[in-house]
Amino acid sequence: MALTLIVLLPFLGALLPGLMIRAGRNSCALATGSVTLAALVLLLAQAPAVFSGEVIHARAEWLPSLGLNANFFLDGLGFLFAGLILGIGLLIIIYARFYLSKKDPMGQFYSYLLLFQGAMVGIVLCDNILLLLIFWELTSLSSFLLIGYWKHLPEGRQGARMALTVTGMGGLAMIAGMLILGEIVGSYDLSVILENKELIQSSDWYVPALLLILAGCFTKSAQFPFHFWLPHAMAAPTPVSAYLHSATMVKAGIFLMARLWPVLAGTDWWFYIVASTGLFTMVMAAWIALFKDDLKGLLAFSTVSHLALVTFLFGLGTPMAAVAGVFHIINHAAFKAALFMSAGIIDHETGTRDIKKLGGLMTLMPITMTIATLGALSMAGVPLLNGFLTKEMMLHEALQTDYAGIPGILGLLAVIGAIFSVAYSFRYIAHVFLGAPRNDYPQTPHDPPFGLYLPPLVLMIPVVLIGLFPAAIAGPLVATAAGAVIGGPLPDYHLAIWHGFNLTLVASLVALAAGAALLWHHVRANDFRLSFRRPEAKAMFESVLDTAAGAARLVTDGLHNGSMRRYVDVMIGAVFLAGVTAFFATSHGPGSRALTPVPPITLLGWAVLIGACVSIVLLHRQRLLTLVIVGVIGVLVSLSFIYLSAPDLALTQISVEVVTVMLLLLALNFLPKETPKESGSLRRGRDGLLASLGGLGVGMLIYAVMTRDFTTISDFHLAQSKPGGGGTNVVNVILVDFRGFDTFGEIIVLGIAALSIFALLDGALKGPAIKRLQSWVPDQERSRDRHPMMLVVATRVMLPLSLLVGVYIFLRGHNDPGGGFIAGLVVAIAFLMQYMASGFGWAEQRMKIDYHLMIGIGVLAAGFTGVGAWIAGRPFLTSDFTYVTLPIFGKFEVATAMAFDVGVFLTVVGSVMMALASLSRLARVTEAPVNSEPMDVDPTQASSNTNRGTS
Amino acid sequence: MELLVASAVGAMTAAGLYLVLRARTFPVIVGVAMLSYAVNVFLFASGRLAIDLPPVISDTATGYSDPLPQALVLTAIVISFGMTAVIVVLALRAYLESGTDAIDTPAGESESGQPPSIAPTAASARKSDQTEGGQ
Amino acid sequence: MSDLTLNHWILMPIMLPALLAPIIVLAMRHDLVLQRIFSIAGTVALFAIALGLTVQAANGPPQVYELGNWDAPFGIVVVLDRLSALMVLLASILAIGVVIYAASSGWDSRGKHFHALFQFQLMGIMGAFLTGDVFNLFVFFEVLLIASYGLMLHGGGAARTRAGVQYVAINLLGSTLFLFAVGTLYGVTGTLNMADLALKVAEVPPEDQALLQTAGVLLLIVFAVKAAMVPIHFWLPGAYANAPGPVAALFAIMTKVGAYSILRVYTLIFGAAAGDAAWLAADWLMPAALVTLIVGMVGVLGASGLIRQICFAVIGSMGTLMIAIALFTPEATVAALYYLIHSTFAAAALFLIADQIVARRGQHGDRLHAAPRFPQTGLMAVLFFLGAIGMAGMPPLSGFLGKLLVLDAAKVSPAMGLIWTVILATSLLCIVGFARAGSTVFWKSAQVETHGDAPVSALTPRDSVPVGAVAFMLAGMVALSAFAGPITGYLEGTAAQLYNPLEYILAVLGPDALAGR
Repeated sequence: MALTLIVLLPFLGALLPGLMIRAGRNSCALATGSVTLAALVLLLAQAPAVFSGEVIHARAEWLPSLGLNANFFLDGLGFLFAGLILGIGLLIIIYARFYLSKKDPMGQFYSYLLLFQGAMVGIVLCDNILLLLIFWELTSLSSFLLIGYWKHLPEGRQGARMALTVTGMGGLAMIAGMLILGEIVGSYDLSVILENKELIQSSDWYVPALLLILAGCFTKSAQFPFHFWLPHAMAAPTPVSAYLHSATMVKAGIFLMARLWPVLAGTDWWFYIVASTGLFTMVMAAWIALFKDDLKGLLAFSTVSHLALVTFLFGLGTPMAAVAGVFHIINHAAFKAALFMSAGIIDHETGTRDIKKLGGLMTLMPITMTIATLGALSMAGVPLLNGFLTKEMMLHEALQTDYAGIPGILGLLAVIGAIFSVAYSFRYIAHVFLGAPRNDYPQTPHDPPFGLYLPPLVLMIPVVLIGLFPAAIAGPLVATAAGAVIGGPLPDYHLAIWHGFNLTLVASLVALAAGAALLWHHVRANDFRLSFRRPEAKAMFESVLDTAAGAARLVTDGLHNGSMRRYVDVMIGAVFLAGVTAFFATSHGPGSRALTPVPPITLLGWAVLIGACVSIVLLHRQRLLTLVIVGVIGVLVSLSFIYLSAPDLALTQISVEVVTVMLLLLALNFLPKETPKESGSLRRGRDGLLASLGGLGVGMLIYAVMTRDFTTISDFHLAQSKPGGGGTNVVNVILVDFRGFDTFGEIIVLGIAALSIFALLDGALKGPAIKRLQSWVPDQERSRDRHPMMLVVATRVMLPLSLLVGVYIFLRGHNDPGGGFIAGLVVAIAFLMQYMASGFGWAEQRMKIDYHLMIGIGVLAAGFTGVGAWIAGRPFLTSDFTYVTLPIFGKFEVATAMAFDVGVFLTVVGSVMMALASLSRLARVTEAPVNSEPMDVDPTQASSNTNRGTS
Repeated sequence: MELLVASAVGAMTAAGLYLVLRARTFPVIVGVAMLSYAVNVFLFASGRLAIDLPPVISDTATGYSDPLPQALVLTAIVISFGMTAVIVVLALRAYLESGTDAIDTPAGESESGQPPSIAPTAASARKSDQTEGGQ
Repeated sequence: MSDLTLNHWILMPIMLPALLAPIIVLAMRHDLVLQRIFSIAGTVALFAIALGLTVQAANGPPQVYELGNWDAPFGIVVVLDRLSALMVLLASILAIGVVIYAASSGWDSRGKHFHALFQFQLMGIMGAFLTGDVFNLFVFFEVLLIASYGLMLHGGGAARTRAGVQYVAINLLGSTLFLFAVGTLYGVTGTLNMADLALKVAEVPPEDQALLQTAGVLLLIVFAVKAAMVPIHFWLPGAYANAPGPVAALFAIMTKVGAYSILRVYTLIFGAAAGDAAWLAADWLMPAALVTLIVGMVGVLGASGLIRQICFAVIGSMGTLMIAIALFTPEATVAALYYLIHSTFAAAALFLIADQIVARRGQHGDRLHAAPRFPQTGLMAVLFFLGAIGMAGMPPLSGFLGKLLVLDAAKVSPAMGLIWTVILATSLLCIVGFARAGSTVFWKSAQVETHGDAPVSALTPRDSVPVGAVAFMLAGMVALSAFAGPITGYLEGTAAQLYNPLEYILAVLGPDALAGR
């Protein structure tokens, strides 16, 4: 449980700084520090157990079906790393308190830092590789925030994005690798995986898994060719660099290689990939570091180089090399963190990090000088400091190992790397502190406040003590950690300064001498370097990304160019292809159903219909004409419905036809009356082809359906209509009873349509739309009397009649063609006629109904009729019926379904009227004064024929 | 008869599709209307053709046409009527707002991503919602 | 006829909004405050009901509600099983966040009838999730579509209305195709009830297979249009980028309606028992899904505006979801459903955040260039960061787990290598795309010196409610990730139900449905 708490503490604590900053910078830092301290104490409390070789576990299920568990375990390796992360973290927190200026939002900084710390601790303690992936990505994210902390600096932003992109890429590769690893072993728990070396290395999936996981490690630990992001991450505040690039983030990759060493190492693949990458990176980075004038740049590349050294050691795959690797992790963390901090101090006090501007600080900053010198000497591998020990061990291993059967190359390259690293380490001392003091420092240098040099000073203790008494100080820790890495018996070794006078010692002395010499000739060496052209990683990276983004922009906007015609083209094409493929992919047989006869009259109708279809395509640019043709087609369809024994359909179709055309006419009133000729013959040809293909497909489909027999559930409807539904008009009974729920949805669609139309046109009465309307000039010549007498009189007479018809159609609906919907349309049309005849103004003054009410009541009526059945303990929409006799209409039956039909009726009338009323509101904006008289000609005074409102 | 119906459906579909592919809103709307004719007949015909057999129960009837597709078509007609009404008005509104009835729009045009002058900010909306309410 | 121990609650998710909306139109259309109160209250009640139904569905077989008291397949049935309950619950949770945001941000005051349309929209969505009848599914599609037109056009504006025309027109084509498909399906099988179709399809003779499978594929395309799958996804960027922020957030569930329908129809009707037509969708879906994911994430990297970027992220997430669905194994379906829930919250959160940012950035709108600092830059940055890592599938939010589940489920597929490569590579595109956008909008803007007084960073109480709604969506992802165990537990049960459709069929058609066979 303690383990889980160690991981959780930093995450929970991440909230504190954000709050405590209100209490001041000190209490903010204090709060942050105490969180880390608490975690550290918890960790150290486990020390006895760990050093006695125990492995502590904490388990909790999270996503069992996937094998993702919140399992943690603590062994030597985990202990070592957690100790480094928390211990150095504590020092960084102190350091940052004094480093950050008052302008920097400190609360944010500490919150990010703790998030990052938690993620790192999670990586090193978790016992489940899926959980590890989570923490892994979290380090990428939190380091993104930390590196970009100074958001006003472009370098900061670019560095952050670069780090996120590169490490994120590695992380994604690692996801795949870990999933494969888990698949091989059959468990994602590390402690299980670590016991299955043979299983893993014998699997065909071993190599892919290895490559993918190493991709993750190399990107995180900045190994070639992914090393370039790390130097640019130096744009971060120095505390961040000191933390991320000495002890933590970049060590995550190293850690993972160490963690999986027992199961992945030992194969040729591992040796040649890891060792080669490590050695090459070590030499290359050391060489670059030698010529970096930015202190942090120098340290950055030296970090890359030293990580590579550890990578190289693990790559060798021998237990002894592993021990050396573990040992160097400790040493490097100590001196590198200190060196970063001293670089920060110099930057802080002199105002520059540029070596060219520095030098001669020895007398001005003695304390800083002492710390930095010790650190640098250790980095160079000078005897009596901890760096020396692991440098020795590394050289020893390198000299002993053959590479591809050839002895000595590894050793040789290792020595060369050592030379460079000696050189840049000495340079850090010589070019910064030695020489005569200058008088052109940006600020007058002096040693920093205590709080700023305390942390690096603390780190010097291990550097020196380990250097003097390695076995005593570091022995046990190295032993337990290395034991955990090797996962077997430790090799026979003893940490000591003096191993006798041997090849290794010679090599390391040569390195020191040559390094010093190289520094002596630094200028010439630099000229030599400049004689080559060197790829500028950042520029390349940025250009690659920008190109990618640019290409993506082109592709995206090119594809999605807002052209509906293209979208529809693609859609029709896709549907046609898919349909055809599906059809011919499987078996098909012609139908055997007897065809229905073709009387000549139907042939005629057919010919007219086809003619209409052709002409509408040809004449579609004349819009009014188009509407006429649409009307013709509608009528023909209705006729065919009558002929094919679907009277209800015919009635509905024809009445809908009328209303639709009226709507289109009213709308067309404001739209252009002509469609310009825009598409070239090619375009038209293509559209024509697509359209005909579509039509062909649909036609053949329905033909195939019509020509085969089938059994359908509607026999039940026919049988049950009268006894069960109480109506002889089966279609209507289906609509209001069997499938009343469809109808309920259908009228709601109508209601919504009306609401949307109202909202749309209401909105059109403000903004640019209204201006266009007011400046709108009718483009059609207007008839001289807008409200012709004949029409007015006719409609006025028709109104009661058509209303009566409406009611009649409604009542008979249940037994004969008719019903609420058709009745609604008939009534609506009757009212529409009034509008058409006498104008919107006059009609609206007389029709004071608010159509909102009609629609609302209609839907509710239908809804509550259905609900009514609940009271009877029946399901929604269950109908009941009885028979009554009315004077005029005679005997007919009343079904609850009729109340439902009333709802339909009201909704239909309301919706249609609302749509037209809304359109009329537009009309009245444009039209001349609204007429309050029914007709322009007032019959009472035949003499006058004043035309009001002609335009 | 089947062949006539099938070819008619095909013809109406083809005409509809062709009009839907035009560059202006009005023909597109007409095209959609044509397509709804086509699909209504299609759906109706999926219940097979029958002559003089209306699905109205009577003792004299020798048989009935399939009532179910007819009911479905009725629903479909109503719905497509509502849809047509909306798109007609919408096209009108679009024409009034933008002054063009072209169906294609510039790439990446985004109302919600535009300056408050067109898409008002939370602040200006705040003022409006005290003054304005319902209709 | 069905028993009298009826469970009317099953119908409530449809009826509550269906009755609330007309009441709002009738009684409250003059008082926005009243509309808000009732709309929010109704949505919360809807959530409560959905929660109860989910509990019921979790401990029992599918429940059937026979409308008009007509036995299936002759009447219409509404079916509550684990899947429909889950979708209803998800939709109601999303709706709460959206309606509160719409009311508190003042969006609902920029046009007429927002809340009525909103409730109707909910009715349509709920109906689509619950109905057990193909044609009734069509009707509810139309309800939710026409309501979505009204909502999408809410507020007007030239760009919005023009994009609206395209959105409506393309959906009308989709509806037409739906009817062609249903007609053919009925012409072959003579039935419309899904459970009955499952039985009939299994017996379709060879000579009718071509028609049947054509109908099946056409229907698949109809659903794919809703799910915005390449190459019929084109409508989405225009429609969502022009919809009001909260509406776009609500639309996060609309694409899922398509996904749901595919999952329902192609496991129940064209599932294992469908004989020659078994697993009809699989071969079509997988390639389309992979391309969809690529197109979407490339769009995230290449988008010119924040909102458009989110639109493409939505397309990409549909790709991932469809990959999981197209595998058609119980494990993959668990992954799919988990990812479905996640991507709904992620998309909704991002759209709301973008709306907040646009409202603050003044004339710079959502364009991806540095602009002066705006009020609460820090807060907005945090919200966007969370939304983005959620969408990009980074821990600790649920996207990462969802992606792991999908990858894990893809192990069984012969195309595993391809699927993994596409998913992981596109994740990188998404991460880079959002990182660039975020660092431009929030970090780079820090360079631009704000003339005049620096913008306030304190959150006014008025602003805090919309921000709270955003946080609500983000919290959804957090909870989804924290309680991944129990949630996937429920999803496993759901997948089990889907891949054993007999339970569903018997529940709908009665125990002796298979007697004759």
